[in-house]
Amino acid sequence: MLLDPLARLGRSGLDVLARFGRGHQLLLAMVLGVGEVLRRPRLLIAQVYNVGVLSMLIVGVSGLFVGMVLALQGHYVLARFGAAESLGLMVAASLVRELGPVVTALLVAGRAGSALTAEIGLMKATEQLAGLELMAVDPVRRILVPRLFGGVLAMPLLAAIFSAVGVLGGYFVGVGLLGVDAGAFWSQMQAAMDVREDVVNGVIKSLVFGVVVTWIALFQGYDCSPTSAGVSRATTRTVVHGALAVLGLDFVLTALMFGG
Amino acid sequence: MMPSQGPGDAPGVRGEDVSAGPSGGARASATDDVLVRIRDLTFRRGERTIFDGLDLDIRRGAVTAVMGPSGTGKTTLLKLITGQLRPDAGRIEVDGVAVHELDKAALYRLRRRMGMLFQSGALLTDLNVFDNVAYPLREHTDLSPSLLRKLVLLKLEAVGLRGARALRPSELSGGMARRVALARAIALDPEIILYDEPFTGQDPISMGALVSLIRQLNDASNLTSVLVSHDVAEATRIADHIYLISQGRVVAQGSPTEIAAERSTWVRQFMDGQPDGPVHFHYPGPALAADLLNRGGR
Ligand SMILES: Nc1ncnc2c1ncn2[C@@H]1O[C@H](COP(=O)(O)OP(=O)(O)OP(=O)(O)O)[C@@H](O)[C@H]1O
Ligand SMILES: [Mg+2]
Repeated sequence: MLLDPLARLGRSGLDVLARFGRGHQLLLAMVLGVGEVLRRPRLLIAQVYNVGVLSMLIVGVSGLFVGMVLALQGHYVLARFGAAESLGLMVAASLVRELGPVVTALLVAGRAGSALTAEIGLMKATEQLAGLELMAVDPVRRILVPRLFGGVLAMPLLAAIFSAVGVLGGYFVGVGLLGVDAGAFWSQMQAAMDVREDVVNGVIKSLVFGVVVTWIALFQGYDCSPTSAGVSRATTRTVVHGALAVLGLDFVLTALMFGG
Repeated sequence: MMPSQGPGDAPGVRGEDVSAGPSGGARASATDDVLVRIRDLTFRRGERTIFDGLDLDIRRGAVTAVMGPSGTGKTTLLKLITGQLRPDAGRIEVDGVAVHELDKAALYRLRRRMGMLFQSGALLTDLNVFDNVAYPLREHTDLSPSLLRKLVLLKLEAVGLRGARALRPSELSGGMARRVALARAIALDPEIILYDEPFTGQDPISMGALVSLIRQLNDASNLTSVLVSHDVAEATRIADHIYLISQGRVVAQGSPTEIAAERSTWVRQFMDGQPDGPVHFHYPGPALAADLLNRGGR
């Protein structure tokens, strides 16, 4: 009796550890299955479309608004110090280094990740995955691997779209509305943005987020209990875990890249 | 209560080749005509023991029917034979190879020689009927598109659904979906085919067609068929050999005539479908009165 809560705590701890282990096993199996996407590039292209192209609208629109807000807020601070010409640099740097990769990953987790989880989970619940296995087709390679690499490829592209549209949004607000000089907006940005320091680091972040978000989504679907409640719980978990993982990893990556 | 091993000794061929025993996994080439050999199988789901020392042989080229009350583990048995589940104890050999000891690659190689018809159909919902049947062919063969098309149409013709090839699985009735799944299961011309309740949801006409299709497939290509069914009449009509299982064991076995002549109360109750007798309709649990009086809890 006394030990019941303790036993429950232990059991759920073990469950979490076991799930963690299964997740890593699945990631390993998917990485080892990379040959599949080389052999059947069509499957990969379909998934880049699925994750990437279908998320473009939400990513673009969000990028536009985020860029516009950045310009408004940035102008308010910069103008106090007479540095309003640096607005272009500020908007571009925030987007490319930070907001582009992070917000895109959050949006993809919500838009495409949840869809992936529901799709895989439902395939499991309706025995489609078992059916594939019985046709001697490995569902990890055939279904999961193309989705993982599709997500990983799409993420940096989406982040680039987000940042580009965001810069345009910042330009409209900064130059069009607030009267910042257009030449200064672009030239400051051009002079101070560094390919390795800013762009490459942003792309690395995006790639990492792409792996993590798609991996979480696929694992939640593949590991869910095959019921309606199970699929719904897994979908929620994809969004929650995906968002937390992105924000946590962003801190770690930023510290590693820009901390020193 | 169920007689624990009573009626099993009455009819048939029990103990036929038990002497061959588990032969160390080596391919039992010339020994006998048993394709699937199950020995002393034990399988548990949590607390519940589904199989408890089950012995069962499936002969090459024959139609073997496995029957038993709902929930005894017939589907589970098929999953064990195809290596989707692993036994807790005992051996399951397919063509002399222990299925549960195979690694993934070897298991997949074995499964190419098997076809299974799921109770639920398990069709890919995003592909239409044609592509579903074509799927295993596209995966495992390099057929030209025109040959592939002919093959798929022939398989669909066999189950009477050639005209439905453009439909999606969501547009099929349950019985139609199961027939499409059957066409898919036979697409690769397997050596052994496992049917899980193929007759559920079929009207008398398609039922008759299915029965003769299963028999035809079996005889034309020297296929080995395992048929899981509740349907006593149809199963006895096409089976060469019948196993009745209950509570984790084989209760009776033999040819349809032997089973029909079997006098034990259990077999009679099941085959004649009487509600009263040693077989229980209810899943094990406390007595109804006790359950109703028990407040709280669930
Ligand atoms: N995934 C599972 N987890 C736990 N128990 C299960 C699971 N699947 C089946 N069982 C249990 O295993 C037993 C056998 O199930 P199975 O599906 O093999 O029965 P069956 O003989 O095929 O029944 P039916 O004729 O109704 O299809 C049942 O009592 C069921 O409660
Ligand atoms: Mg069943």
